[in-house]
Amino acid sequence: MTNDTPLFLHTLRLADDALVLGHRLSEWCGHAPVLEEDLALGNMALDLIGQARSLYAYAGQLEARGRDEDTLAYRRDAGEYRNVLLVEQPNGDFAVTILRQLLYAACAHPYFEALTSSKDATLGAIAAKSAKELAYHVRHAGEWTIRLGDGTEESHRRAQQALDDLWPYTGEMFETDDIERALIEAGVAVDRAGVRPRWQRTLVPILAEANLQLPAGDWMQSGGRAGRHSEHLGHILAELQFLQRAYPGARW
Amino acid sequence: MTRAFSDSDLRSRAWAAASAVVDPEIPVLTIVDLGVLRDVRVEDGAVEVFITPTYSGCPAMDMIAIEVGLALEQAGFRAPKVTRVLSPAWTTDWITEEGKAKLERFGIAPPNGKAGRRALFGQERVTCPQCGSQETSRISEFGSTPCKALYRCTACAEPFDYFKCI
Repeated sequence: MTNDTPLFLHTLRLADDALVLGHRLSEWCGHAPVLEEDLALGNMALDLIGQARSLYAYAGQLEARGRDEDTLAYRRDAGEYRNVLLVEQPNGDFAVTILRQLLYAACAHPYFEALTSSKDATLGAIAAKSAKELAYHVRHAGEWTIRLGDGTEESHRRAQQALDDLWPYTGEMFETDDIERALIEAGVAVDRAGVRPRWQRTLVPILAEANLQLPAGDWMQSGGRAGRHSEHLGHILAELQFLQRAYPGARW
Repeated sequence: MTRAFSDSDLRSRAWAAASAVVDPEIPVLTIVDLGVLRDVRVEDGAVEVFITPTYSGCPAMDMIAIEVGLALEQAGFRAPKVTRVLSPAWTTDWITEEGKAKLERFGIAPPNGKAGRRALFGQERVTCPQCGSQETSRISEFGSTPCKALYRCTACAEPFDYFKCI
């Protein structure tokens, strides 16, 4: 018997997005170009991992098979993860991390704002908290995008390259499938396609001020929501899950 | 068997114990000043305390939950339950006026004005907690804890933390 209800799967997707991006940002700890950015990226990682914890705890309750937040994070393999491919892309240089952050946060912020009025009270409460935090993430990534894009020739080149490389992963954030369609009709989930105009309204003026060109290509990569991931996710999980795989149930 | 204390007596005692717990990162603030302590309920002698996180990932929350449990045990409650609630979401508006005054005395600029939507690139006008000047500028949106931003005062040249609006 399976308890993979649409609401469980939907909650798991939101949680996986937040955890994988939070883990990516945490990889910067001790490596950021300046101390203030080390703190900023660490803080944003904490926000995202905190959001993931609330979402996993709720997913575990919905599933009702005794899996708690730790089990869901540490004991599923890559094929069971449901995050979009964008968030698992490697950190690259600072420009890649900032552009990835901008592309994600500019979508997640309006998404969670809309989810605040979900008919599911728990998702609504988690969304209200997350949206406030993500507003700061958009602002941080936006300011850095402008500094990098409108900075030196080298920083501009790298920011444009990062944007071009990440662009094919943005379409997946707005995909809707049958699992979510029923939830949208019930007023529980948010129509992702409806979030796209707000994403563009945030993105376009920032990229213009940064002198960055919006990529023209519309071919989009996808598969993450169905568990088809890039090779990067396995490497993330190897580090993230090592302790609980080697010593199942270890606590301190 | 008659019980020595009514549930409402016990609730007052439990509230007094829980409300003395301070934030481990900002020890001048109690969890009441912060607006993190939401409710205390006692039913048939069993106590349950409700707390809400400031930021989703704030590591102080786990610490606060442990400290609340310990404070209740020290006050004589057996197996106290500490429950996290998310709704309504915490904002800086939950910090009491007394809490804001304590922050300022501690050298942290309290949140300025009402929480809510701000223009994405708007700068907040922040008063230096050391000298009171408004000639301040932001060094970084993110500081030593998730709730704080890093500022500097151009009048007295001191850096300081700002408890940012959320």
